[in-house]
Formats: sequence, structure tokens, C-alpha cells
Amino acid sequence: MAAPRLFRPATRLLSSRLASSPLRPAFAKSCAPSFVRARGYASESGTKEVTVRDALNEALAEELEINQKTFILGEEVAQYNGAYKVTRGLLDRFGPKRVIDTPITEAGFCGLAVGAALAGLHPICEFMTFNFAMQAIDQIINSAAKTHYMSGGIQPCNVTFRGPNGFAAGVAAQHSQDYSAWYGSIPGLKVVSPWSSEDAKGLLKAAIRDPNPVVVLENELMYGQAFPMSEAAQKSDFVLPIGKAKIERPGKDLTIVSLSRCVGQSLTAASELKQKYGVDAEVINLRSIKPLDVETIIASLKKTGRLMVVESGYPMFGVSSEILALSMEYGFDYLTAPAVRVTGAEVPTPYAHGLENMAFPQEDTIVNQAAKLLRL
Amino acid sequence: MRPFNASLLSLRARIPGLGTSTCPLYTSTRRFAQVANVQDIPTEDDKPFTVPIADTSFETYHFDPPTYSVKTTKSQLKQLFRDMTTIRRMELTADGLYKQRKIRGFCHLSIGQEAVSVGIEHAITREDKLITAYRSHGNTLMRGGTIKSILGELLGRRDGIAHGKGGSMHMYAKSFFGGNGIVGTSVPLGTGIAFAQQYDQTGNITVNLYGDGAANQGQVHEAFNMAKLWNLPVIFGCENNKYGMGTSVERASASTEYYKRGQYIPGLKVDGMDVLAVLAAMRHGREWVKAGKGPLVYEYATYRFAGHSMSDPGTAYRTREELQTERSNDPISNLKSKLIDWGIMTEDEARAVDKEVRGMVSREVEAAEQMPVPEPRWDVLFEDIYVPGSEPDQRRGRTVDETVY
Repeated sequence: MAAPRLFRPATRLLSSRLASSPLRPAFAKSCAPSFVRARGYASESGTKEVTVRDALNEALAEELEINQKTFILGEEVAQYNGAYKVTRGLLDRFGPKRVIDTPITEAGFCGLAVGAALAGLHPICEFMTFNFAMQAIDQIINSAAKTHYMSGGIQPCNVTFRGPNGFAAGVAAQHSQDYSAWYGSIPGLKVVSPWSSEDAKGLLKAAIRDPNPVVVLENELMYGQAFPMSEAAQKSDFVLPIGKAKIERPGKDLTIVSLSRCVGQSLTAASELKQKYGVDAEVINLRSIKPLDVETIIASLKKTGRLMVVESGYPMFGVSSEILALSMEYGFDYLTAPAVRVTGAEVPTPYAHGLENMAFPQEDTIVNQAAKLLRL
Repeated sequence: MRPFNASLLSLRARIPGLGTSTCPLYTSTRRFAQVANVQDIPTEDDKPFTVPIADTSFETYHFDPPTYSVKTTKSQLKQLFRDMTTIRRMELTADGLYKQRKIRGFCHLSIGQEAVSVGIEHAITREDKLITAYRSHGNTLMRGGTIKSILGELLGRRDGIAHGKGGSMHMYAKSFFGGNGIVGTSVPLGTGIAFAQQYDQTGNITVNLYGDGAANQGQVHEAFNMAKLWNLPVIFGCENNKYGMGTSVERASASTEYYKRGQYIPGLKVDGMDVLAVLAAMRHGREWVKAGKGPLVYEYATYRFAGHSMSDPGTAYRTREELQTERSNDPISNLKSKLIDWGIMTEDEARAVDKEVRGMVSREVEAAEQMPVPEPRWDVLFEDIYVPGSEPDQRRGRTVDETVY
């Protein structure tokens, strides 16, 4: 353990027990399936409409099937079939050893999951919503994210935290918050935020397979939405690389970077921009918040010269703040206008419908801000 | 769990002191293990014989106490003495290094509490797991860390046990999960480690240590609940050294009977200044837990001779008299006088062990001081944030120019 480490990290890679086994497809950059890059926006034959909920369920079932070290625990995940039915049928299929109902005790069961990961298992820890994970955030950050580093690399922690994040409909302030920026700021964590069904399946599977702690920020408002899923994505070996964004809509006039539910809103806004003004906006679906695909964002910015970030988190110190800062650092000379952001408003989420709408980006908010940016 | 309720009253009636606020284990004169018949001690070093333990060593909560004796050998007794002496010497060395400003930041010493880590280690195997809080040097040594790798870590060296990344509170070894710096968080972690043992059907146990200060953290009780609910193979061990930092247990806890704080989990209070009592209690508990009877809550009544950390002289909140009284219960000198009384060691042999340990530790500290510091390079700084082979493409330094791709 205290052997001299003069030749690190190259020799580490060679001698590492994790690296000595074949690299999992999720990490080998070259292994990102070519169809992921080649595929267009859902038009191939063999595609099937699948809801985000079912895609997540499929991902869980497939990973539980192939990896005996994987189990899922959380509140109501087993007998109740999941508060949002993401874990439907898993108890029947995998039994109570692998699908475990916990008491309502976030700090406790999250810590237990992290401990089990330290001891070599690959737990999937479901939070009924990430709002409740605030009770356990110390375990996620101090115990899960930092231990591999603090131990000098001898103590990995392969745990996946997942659950719905962001605002839902009419549930008011305590149940409506976006934690992307919180977890995205922590070294040692990886954070993904799926939008479509393919995102959901591919990223969740990648998260479970990744040997580091990964936070999967789903979105309750997306669970029931159906997306076309390619034949390849329907297969059990479908995995998306963590750290790679996806250009959902190519364009030349404006780069819109977005994540989670706002990707869909941004795509609608992009169509409207095209229709109204004949403008071609490129829409980038971040998919991964940490690591952030800076390369894709900057390449797009260099092409379009204009950047807008759309998210539903709080405006201060958020994902969009970070991307705007990166655009200054890496793309300042290419910007033909100041980069802008469309975010949630700086307010605890209100209950009343009309007020709630004012607190989060709407499609017209995005269109109007883009028009202003482009001086249309 | 149900039968316990019925027997609680009768238990209280039978055991004086149970359920009252006076703790027999904290009276000024503790009784140590006595050998009833000195002639019974074998001449061979490895031949087992039985040593009785003082009848004040245990207090129980819905739990049958261990037998008031422990089977051991002369060589084990000597090893117990040597192990405790080694931890003491290592901690005193760390104290000196800290005062020379060679150790940075936090440094919590376990001087006075050696019987707990040593007694536990002698009762469990390397396949059993152990996790503790931030006062972890002794446990790290007992779990297989070398003295120079521990001191090297304290000195922030590349060949320290965590390669200079963890420091005093974050050391790890096989079957040892740290070294955890946030009070209370290690308890659910330890419960998860026991969960993994049950999941993998290893047949081993987890020793889940925390302090009297941590005992009031909510997540400790969350862990108790799940451990009992799922019958996990874990011994929760509260090292009660009477102070959470500078706050005495009486000022922090509505009930200072930490072995009863598991409520529905059987408990045992152990004289944590008697290594033989700890050994007997842990063997007994290990068998219980291994038999699938579920978790236990242990309390080790111990005392920290030093301050909470290096910045605390440890005198503002406790009296000179208290310190003197507790020092008369020093687990090392007490075991030593027993071993001499029993004819297992002579005074000269004990002195020789002490001298040998001193020499060994000073050689180790020399070796630790020879270790190189981590090179101030980006690849060294950024290594091990993620598991090798799964790192992100880039890691940002302080400026954009310092970003590593």
C-alpha cells in the first residue's frame, strides 16, 4: 500500500485491478457506439415509442440482470413499485435481496448504500426526489465523492444515486429544486441529466457501470413522455458515454445549450425561431453535467458565434453561469454577441400555476431571448 | 426484541446500577482482571489458559454478559502489552512531530484509549471489517498499517498510507474503512459494510466505532434502525471517552448510557481501560453476531488523556483531580503490573519491550521523514479523484492555463 509511487499514473493504470479488466464500454472513448453519433433525430426503422419511465426501468432491469453486485434500495422501490413507478416489476423479477424498501431515513440509507459500495457492492440508491437527498448530501459528497481521493486511490466507491430532480407540477418550494449545480460542482462525482428515453436508458446504465459515484438527475415531468427509441437503444448493451453532449438539432446561427426537460423546450423554441425568423439554432443536449462536454459546446459556439444556455435551476452560480464563464475562457474571440442565459427565477417555487410558470423558462421566454440576442 | 421488554424490569432489579445515573465503571478505583491461582499459568508461551476478569467489567442491556474470564496465552498477553505500548509511543511521536510543526491541520491522539483498538483487533479477524471516526491512528496500525506509513501520512509524504492525500483522519487499509472526519457519518457507512457482508454471505462482522459525541447524531439512530430491521452483522461500538471535544457527556446527552441507546438492540458496557475485558466482550459479541442474532451496541468506557486535538490542552473543561484519577487507570501500566504480578513478564522484560518499541518507532519516524513529499505536479494533484481509466477528459486547475487534458 505504501509502495513508492514514482511512476504514477502510467504504472497505476497497468497495475490497477480495475484497469486490468477490460475497460467497460462506458469509459473507453473509442467505444462510444457509432450509431450514437450517426443517428439522426428518430426516424430509423425499428424504432419504438418508449416512455422515459420505461427506459429507466429497462436500464435497471438489464443491469440487475447482468451484475449480481448491483441492487436497488430506496423508499417504496419494491412492494409499492416505486413512488413514480420507475422500479415497477423489479421486486417480482429480482426478489427482496436485490430490490429493497428502506425506511424513510435518507441520511441512513444513503450512508448505508455508500458503505456497501465501499465494501465492494454496486448499489443504486433511489431518492424519491432529490429534494429529500439534501438530508443525505453529506454522505454523497463527503463519504462517496471524496473517499477515493482521500484514500490515495485504494478505496473506490461504485454507487449510483438516482431520482427525480428539478421542479414538478404544483408541488411548491420544498419539492421543486434543481440540484444540477450543487452536485456538478463536486470533484469526485459524475453527474448526468437525461432528457429523452435513450438518454435515460443509456446514461443510467453508464452510471451504474461507472466505478465512481454517479448522480443521475432525472425529471419527474419527463417520466411519462414517450420518445422514439432506436433498435440499437432497445438492446441490452446500449450505453451512452458519460461526458459527451449530443447535438439534438444542428444549426448555424445560434447555439442553445440545455439540459433535461429544457432540451425539449429549446427544440420547440428552435423550430419557432426557424418558422418566425428563418434562424437556424443548434440545440445541444448536455446529457452530462460533470464532466461537462466543453469541447462540443465551444465547437458549436465557434461555428455560430452566439451562445444561449437554457436551464430551470436558480440563476445564481448555476450550470448556465458555468457555461457562460467557459465561453469567456475558451470562446471569447468567437462570440459576436454577449452570451446569455435563460434560467429559473430567483425565487422559492410558488404553488399557484400562473406564478409557477413565471418562475421557470417557458418556450416563449426562450424564443424572445434568442430573438433579442440575434437582434431580430 | 419483544421478550426484552418483559425482562427489563427484572434485569434492573438484578443488576445494581442499571438504569441509574451512577456508572460503576467510572468510579475512581477500577478493578482489573485478577488471576485467581497463579500456579495455573502454563510455562509454555502458546498454551491457552484462562484469566478471570473483574466482575465490574460489564454492564448489560437485554444481553447476557460474557463470562468473566478470557482464554488467552502468555504470548498473546505480551502482544497485547506490546501493541498498546506501540500505539502509545506512535501517538506520543505524532505529538512531538506536531509540536515541531511537521504535522499540519488536525491531529487527534488516542492516548489513554489504546485498550479499545487493541482489544478489538485481538478478537476479530482480518476478514472482519472495521470503520471508525477521526481518532483513527491506533485502529489503522492494528488493521495492518505500518508505523512509517501512518507517520508518513501525518507528515504529508508520498509514501504515506494515503499517499499524502488523506492526513490524520483519512487512512485506509484492507478491511479498514477509515478514518472518517465528519462526526456520525461513519455509522451508516459501517452499517452498509455489514449489509454487504450479509449480501455476500461472508459470515464475517463489522465493527462500527464512533464516539460519545457522535452518539447524538440522528443518522446513528437511523443506522441502528436499519441494522436491527435487517438483522445486519454489526457491532456498534461507542468509544465513550467522556467528552465530545470539550463538552462532557452529561452536558450533551439526555442519557449517558450509550450501550442502551440502541433501544431495541441489546447492549453491553465494557471497561474500555481493561484490554482483557474488551477482548472478552468482543469475542462474545462476535460470536453472537456471527450466529445471526443481529446487531449489538457496545459502549467502551474509556478516557482520553490528551486533549481533543493538538490545539486543545484538555484542561479547560476537566479538573486536575479527574485527570489524575483517570491516569491511575492507564490501560498500559495496569496491564503491565498484572503481567508482572502474574509472573508472565518481569519488570526488566517490560522495560525491554518499552525500550524496543521506542527504538522501533524512532526508526520508523526516521524512515517516514526520509519519504519524499508528493511532487507538486498537476498529474499528482489530480490523480485518484476518479478511478483510473474512468477519468474525465479534463481537470481544471486554478486558471484556465492550468487545466489538464
